[in-house]
Order: sequence, then structure tokens, then C-alpha cells
Amino acid sequence: MINSSSTLGSAETQKSLLQRLPKDTGILLVLVGIAAIFEVLGWFVVEQTFIFNGQRLFIMILQMAIIGILAIGVGQIIIMAGIDLSGGSILGFAGIVAASLAQSSEYARAVYPGLTDLPIIFPVLAGIAVGALLGFVNGSVIAITAIPPFIATLGMLVAARGLARWYTSGKQVSFLTEDFAIFGSGAWPVITFLIVAGVFHVLLKYTVYGRRTYAIGSNEDAARVAGIAVKRHKILVYTMAGALYGIASIVQTSRAMTAQSGTGLMLELDAISAVVIGGTSLFGGRGRIMGTIIGVLILGTLTSGFTFLGIDVYYINIVKGVLIVAAVVADTYRQKRVAA
Amino acid sequence: MNDARKIVLRTQGLCKNYGGVQALKGADFELREGEHIAIVGDNGAGKSTFVRQITGVEQPSSGQMFFDGKEVSFKSPLDAREAGIEAVFQNLALANDLDVPANIFLGREEVYFNLGPFSFLNEKKMLAKAKEGLEKTAVKIPNLRNAIGKMSGGQRQCVAISRSAAFASKLIIMDEPTAALGVQETTQVENIIRRLKKQGVPLILISHNLRQVFNLVDRIFVFRRGEIVGVVDADKTDGNEIVSLITGVKTGVHENASYI
Repeated sequence: MINSSSTLGSAETQKSLLQRLPKDTGILLVLVGIAAIFEVLGWFVVEQTFIFNGQRLFIMILQMAIIGILAIGVGQIIIMAGIDLSGGSILGFAGIVAASLAQSSEYARAVYPGLTDLPIIFPVLAGIAVGALLGFVNGSVIAITAIPPFIATLGMLVAARGLARWYTSGKQVSFLTEDFAIFGSGAWPVITFLIVAGVFHVLLKYTVYGRRTYAIGSNEDAARVAGIAVKRHKILVYTMAGALYGIASIVQTSRAMTAQSGTGLMLELDAISAVVIGGTSLFGGRGRIMGTIIGVLILGTLTSGFTFLGIDVYYINIVKGVLIVAAVVADTYRQKRVAA
Repeated sequence: MNDARKIVLRTQGLCKNYGGVQALKGADFELREGEHIAIVGDNGAGKSTFVRQITGVEQPSSGQMFFDGKEVSFKSPLDAREAGIEAVFQNLALANDLDVPANIFLGREEVYFNLGPFSFLNEKKMLAKAKEGLEKTAVKIPNLRNAIGKMSGGQRQCVAISRSAAFASKLIIMDEPTAALGVQETTQVENIIRRLKKQGVPLILISHNLRQVFNLVDRIFVFRRGEIVGVVDADKTDGNEIVSLITGVKTGVHENASYI
């Protein structure tokens, strides 16, 4: 009655050469292409090399480390078909809390006069904890009320900025202990970024955490029917993202050695741009850390390249804008092809 | 009917209200060991509502449910699944961006050691078990590591079914498993159902296709307006009787109907 075995549908077609390449090859080529354009323009316009200048590359990566850490955080949220607009604001508030606990005793108007010269582990943990707490609030509001993440995190974007202003009465927090400068010095921002990227690469690819994140982003109903605690997982993912914003705030504050309520303004947009340019789908379900890293490098290369050529900075935003839209258009076409 | 067989699933006075709407009005249902049963009825007759209650997707407003000899009340699909009820849903319930093993093991991943959400996935074990499960359905899928969204409707349906079959469940429920499939793919799925019958796995099939129902099952439960209006043996009835039960209109007017 039953055939021993048979194949459904059309037999799998031979994989084309394109499909056999690593998944991030396309976006990597964009990065290489952009760098090559700056290199060629460099020879003609300023008669210098763009790529083969180690110091420039290092500064570029250093400047992108903070956005990179934010991008990893918001990237996993986008994979889950969510969005988080509050990264920059949470970074601002977490940074100001951390800074207020890292002030040296020489500064007379410290936020907590009795708490100066604490071991730096306290401000570091406080910054991460504040970030995680606000992320937890984001996740809880989204999971419990089921309002769109766009609105919930827009609220947090405004509220966290207000919190930061309230916390210091609008004043700047400066004169941090020398020890606190470590996280922003030398290659530490880059190392921190790479560690965060490595940890989240492993989490997303090899653990239940990642599997659930992709599953919810791919088909939330399927995830729920399969017995995944969708609400709980959403709260966890937003909390993890908040913790990453906290880590980014430590790097930022440590580099600047000062914090104010406006710190990190609009950084969430650069982070989301990097994620989207790096090939993560705004529809959810698809995206990788490696792509996000390349997306971050593309943004950095653009900024660095425009400065290198002496072109006015505001042109960068035009190019960035075009790139973001192009990335989403490309993803939309991919999405249609899968659906067809 | 051999009534000496053990009752696998029994519901008594199962009701479900959505606000003021009574979607299910006191369903008394019974399924015996190794039995294949069909649930038929018009759109909105309460078939899917009934299935959502017995699979834990929703909780009944009132009534009792007995499974495997014990009274049960499932708080979630996971509860039902742990008890041994596996369901293949109408809308497939697959994550298109994940591969075949990931879909089969969704929500119950094999891990190396349990660290909660941070447990490391045992992909090898899941791949091997997925292969084993698909062998039961006799369907070949060329590359199990491909995202499931890239596969045909039949292949996807077979993954969904093998997910149920793989977990050696005590009861499989299929809600319109062939509604979206082509002729050849429908035959495949029907073959899987026959195979499950041979293996003695009880099954509840929800289908609009009466010919398919007559071909595959032992007994037919007819739902109309939230009630079970008839229970008939598949080999002692005909299309006319079933259609009359479905529509509530007397026999005789359906002779030229194309739905039989």
C-alpha cells in the first residue's frame, strides 16, 4: 500500500556557486567595495592610501566599538521581530549613574559626596544593572501589554533621557577616578566589543536562547504552540539588550571621563542602521552577529572615508540613509522569494 | 466495534464560550486505542475549537476531559504534549527560517546539559532523531539543514506530521492536514496516516474532504453549531447521511452535491 520511500516536490536543484559561499559574503563585498572606492579616490584626491593606514583603521574601529555593542543588543531584538529605539537613551542614563558612582573625592560637588573613590567594580556593575533594569521594563511592557515594541521603546527613549536629566538636575558628572579610564583606553573598547560579539554569536547560534529568539522572530504563533514561553523569553532578550547598553555606557563614560544627560543621543539609530545594513531582517527570524559586525564596519568606513577625503560630514548621512533603505529593499525581495 | 479496547481520550460536556458566543456546547467525545476518528462539520461548527481545548491551546469553559485513564486539564500546549498528545495545526505552526530538526524539536530542544535558556543545543542528536522521525513518514527531504520556508508545501506538512510522529505520542491530531496541498502531496500525507494506523497510533483527523474521511478513518464525529450531532461508523454510512448531519437538512437533497 505504501511505497517504501518517495521524494516530495521537485528534487533539490544543484546549489549555485553563489549559494555555496558563506552567508555574509555579499555584505562583506559591499564593505570591501566601499573601502576600495575610498582607496582609489584617496590616490587621486589626497594622494594617500586609505586602507593601508593601520592607525586610521584602529581609530575607526575604536570609534565604532560603542555603536557595535549597542548593535549586538538591538540586533538580537530585531531577529526576534522586535525593535528597540531606547538604546542611546538607556546608554545615557546608565552612563550617568555609573559616572556618579565613579567620581573622585577631589570633586567637591559629587552626586554622592560620601561615595567617592569606590572600587571601579561598583560603578561598572551599577551601569550594567541600570541598563538591564530598563531593558527589563521594556521587555515586560511589551510582553504583558502586547503593545508594539516600537511604541514601548519610544516611550523608554523619552523617559530614560528624562531620568538622566532628573538624576543630575541637568548637570554634567565629571572628575571620575583615574582607574575608571581603563575601559576606554587603548584597545579595550574594541576588545570589549569583540568579547560581547563572541558571546552573543555563541548564544544565538548554539544555545536554546538563540533558537527561541529566531523561532519567535520567524513565527511567534508557532513558537507559542510549540510550548515556548514567548513572553518570558521576550523579557529576557530585552533585558540582555539593556545589559549590553549598560556595558556600552561604561565604555562610553570611561572614554569621555564625563557623563551628561545628552550622552548617546541618536546612537540607537546608528546601531539599528548597522544591524539592518548587516543583513538582519526587520521581519525577524534572520540575521547574524557576523553580519552586524560588518554593518558596523561599513558605517565606520563611511565616516572615516569622508573625513579622510575632507568631504563635509553631512554628506555621510545622505549615503547612510540610501544604504539603509537599499538594505531593507534587498531584504524585502529576499522575503518575497522565500514566500513564493 | 470492539468495545473492549481501552479508551484513550474521553471528554464529557466540554464547553467553550468566547464572550457571549458558545462555540462548543457540551461535547461528549470518545476515542479508543488504535482508532482513527474524523471530525467533520461546516465552517464555524466548532471543530477547531474542540481541538484547541484538547490540545491545551485554550482552556475549556466547563466540562471534563480524561486522557489515558486520568482526568486532565491542560494549561498549555506543552502540558498536552507531555501527556502524549501531538497536534498538526491547520496553519502548519512551523518557523520558516529554521531548519527541519530545529522545527521538529521546537520548544523541546535536545541539550548537552541543562542551563535553562543558556543550554547548549545538541544539534547532532536532533538531526539524527529528525531523520529517524522522517523515515517513519517515508518522505525524503533532500537537505534537512535547509530553512523550511524554502521547501514545498508537502515537504513542510510532512515535517509537521513527523514532528508529531517522532515523539511516539499516544494521540495525534491533524487539523486539515491536506487543505493547502496538491494532489500528489495529499496522497503522501494520506499514506502517512495509513502508516500510523498500521502502527496503532490513534488519530483524530479534521477534514472537509469527505472522500478522504471515508478512506481513512473508522468513525466519524459530525459537528454542527458547536454540538456533536452524530457519531457514525465510516463503513456503515454514506456521503448523503454525513452531509445531512453537517447541514442539518434532510437526506435526499444532496444527491447532486459536488462535495461528496
